[in-house]
Amino acid sequence: MNFQAGRRQARKLDLKNGRVELTHGAGGRAMADLIDLMFRRAFDNPLLNQGNDQAAFEVEAGRMVMSTDSFVISPLFFPGGNIGSLAVHGTVNDLAMAGAQPLYLSTGFILEEGLPLAQLAEIVDAMAAAARQAGVLIVTGDTKVVERGKGDGVFINTAGVGRVPAGVTISGDRARPGHKILVSGTIGDHGVAIMSLRKGLQFDTALQSDCASLNDLVARMVERAGGAIAVLRDPTRGGLAATLNEIADQSGTGIRLNEQSLPIRPEVRGACELLGLDPLNVANEGKLIAIVEAQHADALLDTMRQHANGRDAAIVGEVIDDPMHLVRMVTSIGGERVIDWLHGEQLPRIC
Amino acid sequence: MKYIDEFRDGERARGLARALQAEARPDRQYRLMEFCGGHTHAVFRYGIPDLLPDNIELIHGPGCPVCVLPIGRLDMAIRLVCDHPEVILASYGDMLRVPGSKRRTLLQARADGADVRMVYSVSDALALARANPQRQVVFFGIGFETTTPPTALGILEAQRSGLDNFSVFCNHVLTPAAMKAILNVPPGAQPGETLEVDGFIGPSHVSVIIGSDAYSFCAGQYHKPVVIAGFEPLDVLQSILMLVRQLNEGRADIENQYTRAVTPTGNRKAQAAVAEVFTLRPSFEWRGLGAIPESALGISDAYKAYDAEQRFDMVYTAAAGTKGCECPAVLRGAKKPTDCKLFATTCTPESPLGSCMVSDEGACAAYFTYGRFRQDAEQRKAEQRAQHKAARA
Amino acid sequence: MCLAIPVRITELLDDNRALASAGGIVREIDTALVDDLQVGDYVILHVGYALSKLNEAEAEKTLEAMAAIGATSEAMEVSHEIH
Repeated sequence: MNFQAGRRQARKLDLKNGRVELTHGAGGRAMADLIDLMFRRAFDNPLLNQGNDQAAFEVEAGRMVMSTDSFVISPLFFPGGNIGSLAVHGTVNDLAMAGAQPLYLSTGFILEEGLPLAQLAEIVDAMAAAARQAGVLIVTGDTKVVERGKGDGVFINTAGVGRVPAGVTISGDRARPGHKILVSGTIGDHGVAIMSLRKGLQFDTALQSDCASLNDLVARMVERAGGAIAVLRDPTRGGLAATLNEIADQSGTGIRLNEQSLPIRPEVRGACELLGLDPLNVANEGKLIAIVEAQHADALLDTMRQHANGRDAAIVGEVIDDPMHLVRMVTSIGGERVIDWLHGEQLPRIC
Repeated sequence: MKYIDEFRDGERARGLARALQAEARPDRQYRLMEFCGGHTHAVFRYGIPDLLPDNIELIHGPGCPVCVLPIGRLDMAIRLVCDHPEVILASYGDMLRVPGSKRRTLLQARADGADVRMVYSVSDALALARANPQRQVVFFGIGFETTTPPTALGILEAQRSGLDNFSVFCNHVLTPAAMKAILNVPPGAQPGETLEVDGFIGPSHVSVIIGSDAYSFCAGQYHKPVVIAGFEPLDVLQSILMLVRQLNEGRADIENQYTRAVTPTGNRKAQAAVAEVFTLRPSFEWRGLGAIPESALGISDAYKAYDAEQRFDMVYTAAAGTKGCECPAVLRGAKKPTDCKLFATTCTPESPLGSCMVSDEGACAAYFTYGRFRQDAEQRKAEQRAQHKAARA
Repeated sequence: MCLAIPVRITELLDDNRALASAGGIVREIDTALVDDLQVGDYVILHVGYALSKLNEAEAEKTLEAMAAIGATSEAMEVSHEIH
């Protein structure tokens, strides 16, 4: 039974002390209550409220983009957000990285029996707020419940559709030698904020996840430099290193970064120094990489810096010719090294 | 960050590089061993070879405790945690991915249900023991002299607070003994296994503990200069320059570049704690260097209660590494990672066959990660792409 | 040898514990191996333990020596060019 159940009298949910139970996924009254009082209450919009198993909407002529992502982050709550806000921002950003205006999102929940409803409410409210901030509507969704022990509290999938304006062709294979590489701000914030909560890596830090929707920033960038933007991508899991390696491979080029230009917060550097990690491998959730024709780089940088999500934007390198598709970096002392993919899970080292 | 950034400064680096170009005599080779794995890491992470004249060659030493731990000792830890469900094995992150016999790792043992936990510090292991009074917490102690004092303090704390469910599997090893073993390899002993080292870049933080005087045997007995170097790239560059000057002048002295942290006598308090808790093992096997007398520490009689080997009747069986793995030769500095047939083909950081590829300070991992080789890059990338796609699917 | 970095003491908790900052990340550390610590001192931190105090005067001397080497080698280069 889907979210958009017909109008009916919903009973109250015990948000304070209640927990998710198997009946919430069974298709009966408990499930209908959950959908009405938890999800529809928060996401409230005319498409959702129509109450169908799907949402139908008009589209303008042009190219549509679609994307999906699932979120299994643990812990569920972290400084700067939770799995819900992450789920919205993540998919909005995937759409925005095509230069698209994100329009509609779907969301699927896999809830673990025993999850406190108060936590679920906080997650859902965060999703609603994130969607409002990004200017997207959550128009359809699904809920399932699995037995205790079979899920990490909650897993969320979001899928989204958006529309690409005419004249914009942004894709990972369009980087060319001579293009400049920009990042929209400080790298490694999200990963370090998460690590600060994991057992065994406790430290007090004011550092928040940078989790944010970037579609407005992208809209400004496209306005300013439109056809000159070759690639946009958000460096999430695996950090800048993984993303740049992906792009180098897709485009068949090499990349040269300048270590001195990388914007990194002192706290992120401190945490990475303490644990022997490389900020280039640490995840970001509110940053993007832009690869742009050289003559437009300065103007684009300017535009980005004027935006709330781009204050610390910087030009960090350039695309070069390289048959081996390596990502290299000129180090702070003027030597050079290769930036590789992340190897397995990053484990802090002592030695 | 203060006292870190200044020692990574490009301007000073250029100055040191210029001096090295000017002072390295073109008519000779300078073969310098950086003993410490941390220095190997720094060398490649910053691209130091790019700043050196061609006749200065850096040879990578065995100063990586993860790399030199014999497979048989790792097998003991894996057997312990698999055979004893009451045991929580607390280990530094580095050890979790090292392949033991049959390429089994502690991470795999954990995936199979063994209770293996990563800790950042021995005090985390003590906390685990306090939080789990019905379990046995065994701390996997590895490391050179830098890491040994914290383990000693951990055991002292356990005794002081009567923490009965805590013990240590002790694999702490000693730097001077390993340096002697390196220097004792007679030149021309076996084809392809010769080693000529003109001088040592000495370890930073081992020296903080043991003091610069501890290396006087290198100069006195073996006539090899040692410069104790700080941890940052400028420290390494300045130390190389100091070694070049010594060699040019025909000197063999122990010099200290890391004066902001190292003194002649070292940290007496730390040495006392270690002397109290530990005792010299008559002999210990090292991967790559064979059995070295008086090169490792065991737990002294007064603290035997905290010795996991006693508590759990742990038995050592020597084990061979993977066929074709050249870790032993690489650790001695006799071969480069690229001399190993397995390097970058079957042995990669994702699927390491030897310890030198697992530990970030292992020479093979440093070569691979920072790309100081170019020959097999294409093949490596293709394999990586396939692995990456499989991992993300 | 092993990974160790300079951190700044921000608060002394008791004889053996202190708070230290690395770029703003504050962590509780064990100071049993180092005597006479004061807030503002820098220590070398390894696996949660301070190994020694960092001698700031020596640090400055080292940096100056490095700069001097740079100046000399630059001057030498210039003089080589002239000849």
